[in-house]
This record gives sequence, C-alpha cells and structure tokens, in this order.
Amino acid sequence: MPARTDTSEARIEVRDLTMAFGDFVVMRDLNFTVRRGDIFVVMGGSGCGKSTLLRHMIGLLEPAHGEILYEGLSFTRASTEERQRMLRRFGVTYQSGALWSSMTLAENIALPLAEFTDLSEWEIRAIARLKLGLVGLKGFEDYYPSQISGGMQKRAALARAMALDPDVLFFDEPSAGLDPISTRLLNQLIIELRDSLGATIMVVTHDLASIFMIANNSVFLDGISRRMIAQGDPRELRDHCDIPAVQKFLHPDLESRAEARADG
Amino acid sequence: MVSSPISAASARVSFSRTTDATVTVRLAGEWSLHLTGVSDEPIERILDTVPPPARIRFDTSALREWGSGLVAYVEILIEACDVRSIAVDRGGLPDGVRRLLDLARAVPETEGARRNVQHPKILERVGTVSIGYEQSVADSLNFIGEVILAFGRMMRGQARFRSSDLMLAIQQCGADALGIVALISYLVGIILAFMGAIQLRQFGAQIYVADLVGVGVTREMGAMMTAIIMAGRTGAAFAAALGTMKVTEEIDALSTMGISPLEFLVLPRMIALILMMPLLCLYSDLIAIFGGATIGSLMLGISLTVYLHETARSITAGYIIGGLVKATVYGALVALSGCMRGFQCGSSSSAVGEATTAAVATGIVLIVVACGIFAFVYHALGI
Repeated sequence: MPARTDTSEARIEVRDLTMAFGDFVVMRDLNFTVRRGDIFVVMGGSGCGKSTLLRHMIGLLEPAHGEILYEGLSFTRASTEERQRMLRRFGVTYQSGALWSSMTLAENIALPLAEFTDLSEWEIRAIARLKLGLVGLKGFEDYYPSQISGGMQKRAALARAMALDPDVLFFDEPSAGLDPISTRLLNQLIIELRDSLGATIMVVTHDLASIFMIANNSVFLDGISRRMIAQGDPRELRDHCDIPAVQKFLHPDLESRAEARADG
Repeated sequence: MVSSPISAASARVSFSRTTDATVTVRLAGEWSLHLTGVSDEPIERILDTVPPPARIRFDTSALREWGSGLVAYVEILIEACDVRSIAVDRGGLPDGVRRLLDLARAVPETEGARRNVQHPKILERVGTVSIGYEQSVADSLNFIGEVILAFGRMMRGQARFRSSDLMLAIQQCGADALGIVALISYLVGIILAFMGAIQLRQFGAQIYVADLVGVGVTREMGAMMTAIIMAGRTGAAFAAALGTMKVTEEIDALSTMGISPLEFLVLPRMIALILMMPLLCLYSDLIAIFGGATIGSLMLGISLTVYLHETARSITAGYIIGGLVKATVYGALVALSGCMRGFQCGSSSSAVGEATTAAVATGIVLIVVACGIFAFVYHALGI
C-alpha cells in the first residue's frame, strides 16, 4: 500500500479541550492524539457531544478552553487566513449529507475545485466524474441531491469531501440512516481511502459494526461524567477495558436488562 | 371496610380495606386509553388513612379489557405507594401489565430531567426579552458589518460567488416578480385615482387626478409598494432558502470548505435585488399611471392623451429619480433583512418559519423607517 508514511507521527492533537455552550459544559479536559494514517473513531452514547467535538475540530465552534493542533500548528489560535489554509486540507461529510441543494452533484464537487485550483473546466468535469465514480455514482453527474436516495447523497457528500484530495477527512455519523449493506460499503470505502490516499480519518459514530470494522484508534466520550474515559484500539477496549460504561457500550449482547437497572 | 367506587365510561376501580392493613384495589370493566372519570384523588385518600395500610394488592378478576390507561393508572398508584413506603403486591395484575410496568421502570427517571414549568411573571418576561434584544442588535450589527466588508472585497475583485447564482437571483427577484408588481401597481393606481376623483370632482378639478396619481406614485407609492411586495416575496424567500441551508448544514459545508457563505450566498442575492428594485419601481410607476388613466377615462371622461399630457406636465425628473433612489435603498434593506434572518435561523424546521416571518417584519419596518428619513432629507434638499 502506498503513501502510508510513519504511522507514529501526530497529525491531530487535542489538548485540554473543554467544550461548552455558555455555562453548560458539554465535555471537559479532552486530550488525545490522532496519528497520520489513523482511522480514529469518536464513540459514545447519543447526545454526549461527539458531533460537537467534530464541529470544534473543523472550526464551526470555538473551544471554551484548550486547543486543537494540526501537524503541531494551533488551529484554535490561528489567524483567519491560516485557518482557511488548514481548512482547505480537510474534507468533511455531515450527518445530513449537506450537499448544496441548488447544484447538481457534479457542480457540488466542481465548486471547491473551481475555487481553489487553476484547473480548466474540462479537467474539473473529469475530476468530478472520477470522484463520483470512486463512490459508485458514475453517471449521476447531472442529478440534483433531492433526486437521489439518502445513501447516495451520503456517498456524493463523500465525493465532494474528497474533491481537493484532503489529507484529513472527517465523518459525522456516516452510517446514520443507511441500511447494513450500504453501511458496509461505505466503511470499505473509508478504509480504501485511508490506504490509497494515505488520509487521516476521524469518524464520529455509535455504530458498533462500523467501529470494529474500520477503527484502529478511538476515544470514548462519557455523557454522564462529561469526560473521555477510555482511548485506544476499540477491539482492545472491548477485550481488555474494564470500565463498566465502555464494556456496556461495546458488548451490548452481554448486557441484560437487570444490569442496566442496577447500574442506572 | 372502606370502599370508593369511581364510575368511568366503563372503567371501574374500588378500594377495599381488610383488617390486616391490606388494601385491595379492584379493577373492573374496560380500561381503554381514555381515563375519563378516574381521578387520583381517592388514591391519596385511601393511602393517607390512619393507620396507613401496610400493603396493597390487586384484584382484576372483573377486568375485561385493558390498555395504556390501566398501566398509567397503576403506575401512579405504585409511585404514590413508593413515596409512603407501602408495599405493592403486583401478583394480581395481568401478566402484560406487569411487563409494561417493568419496562416503564427499567430506566429510572433521569435526575434533573423534569422541568418545573413555571409561567414567568410578566415583568420577568419583559426583562428576558429586553436582555435578548441587546444580543440580537449586536448580532445584526455584526452581520451588517460583515456584509459591508464582503461588498468591500467585491469592489476589490476578491469576493467569490458564481455568476450563475447571480443570474438566477436576478431572474427570481426581477423577471419573476413582474406579474405581481403589475397587478398591485395597477390596483394602487386605480385606488389613488378613484379616491382623488371623488374629492376633486366636487370642485370641478377632475383633471388634477392625473397630477395626484403621477406625483404620488413616482415620489412615494411606486417605490413603497414595490418594496413591500418584494419584502413579502423575495425577502421571505431569501430567509427561507438560507434558513433551510443552515438547518441542512449546507452553510457549514461552505465555511469548512473555506468558502465564505456571506460572499457566496448573500452577495448575489443583495446585488440582484439592489439592481432589480429601481427597474421594478419604474415599471410600477408606469403601470400605476395607467391604472389612474383607466379611472380618468372611464369615470371622469378624460381622454388618455389629455391624461398623459397632464401627468407629464406635473411630474419632474427629480421625482422619478428620487423614487428610484428610494427603491434602491429599500431593495438593499429587504435583501439585507432576508439574508440576515436566514443566517440567524436556528436549527429546526420551525425556526425556518420564524426566520421567514422575522425577515418580512424586519424588512417592512426598515422600509417605513427609511421612508420617513427620505421624506425629511428630500424636504431639506428641496426635491
């Protein structure tokens, strides 16, 4: 596999991050490192702040405390121009897809290319076609987002996120609203992207099958204590971590109702 | 022996106390979802008797049918017993009810989740809203400032938006609005002329209807009516479109891609409306004058030529240009309030509706305020 550089290299660092809306603290004291080439999963129960963390990572929300670093450079303290430069190396797919509904799929992918590259119209069209082909949507260039299914929208959103060959890809709940087969295909695609492009990938999800299939590193956010309570390879966490909340999350089948009641 | 039967539509409950401090709850009849007539008042009365009962049990031998109504009733009963440390023997309940009760109690009530819904006092509400205004004024000024900066970047040729978006916006707030603007303007012209005609006819001064309509429309009404139509039509559309884009994270997708949503989405819409408003206003002026001429010829017997000649004599280029300047400013205000409310939209579908309403309201308020300022300035300048 090409392009997988030194895997111990820190690509993303989160230091002492506290996220809050006004006085309401969502998560405090997050500390973790994502290495180059990792598929890093942020897991935790619904509503614990996973997506909020992602929105902090891409600058849509500002940390109450702490900072986020990309390749050792502070994103939090960067100037607007530096931040724009960093953002251009990211690709983000949103929970709802968030394709621009007034544009066709090809135009969705073409927009970032037209904005940030010197490619000719012909080249842009070719790249848009290629990216749609990569996610299995060749031939759908001139469809509007509302004319295709939810699963296809997600894949098209991934094609758009990949438009500028980003080296960091963020996924917000990629499997939400997808059937198991589409989810598996999307997961294979995520692994393929890491292996072929050497991208660093951060995924927010609570889908166990996806977590075990794709992740090689993770962090577990606990909604009750509002802290991260575990990190590491999810398979190892499953087999060796003895924190009850993590066990309960990663072993839903072993869990009986009685235990749920006893632990609250 | 205490007994308090309650008659419902067909649900019946009675309590009987035996000597060994056990209360038997007899549930009978059909317990559907409708709890009509069954109140929790007898529960309190029975449980609070002295000496308090030690335990309660259920007798459901006469129960014919049950639904959530029964489960909810039993749940309330059990909660009341828990508070008073009275033992509950669920043995007498149907199996399904017991299972549903287990399910309802499997996850304990989340601490702090229950909200004390208190209707705030009027003063408190006035205070909360007033404090909120401070923030919203700051947000609005911030937005206006950013729009001005974006225009600055556009002047220096650094702003980025697609010309196809601009063309689409021009079509939507220009050509597509011609029908409604024509209809409203024609009617306004007719109404002005009609009202004027009734008064002026008393003095034999019918011909001045042409002056009235011409001057009124070119100086004030043309710009004002067009602006209000555009606030309801285009301002609302801007707010709804941008608000929905906010809900579906499309605006987030733009900003994380390093594309300024303000340049990409707001500039084409503002430019389109600012360019189209004076044209629509001119069009509205013309149609309204023809509306006046209709009344002039049908009601007052003034020929079209005479009417138009009188109109041309009464209005000056200054009136028309003054009206067009107003229209341009109104256009900017309508587009600004539409885009601003869209950007300030919350993240739910009801928020889009609120943003749309707010856009129209803000737009019309701004138009009227601007109209007042224009009246003063034009008077001072002698236009």
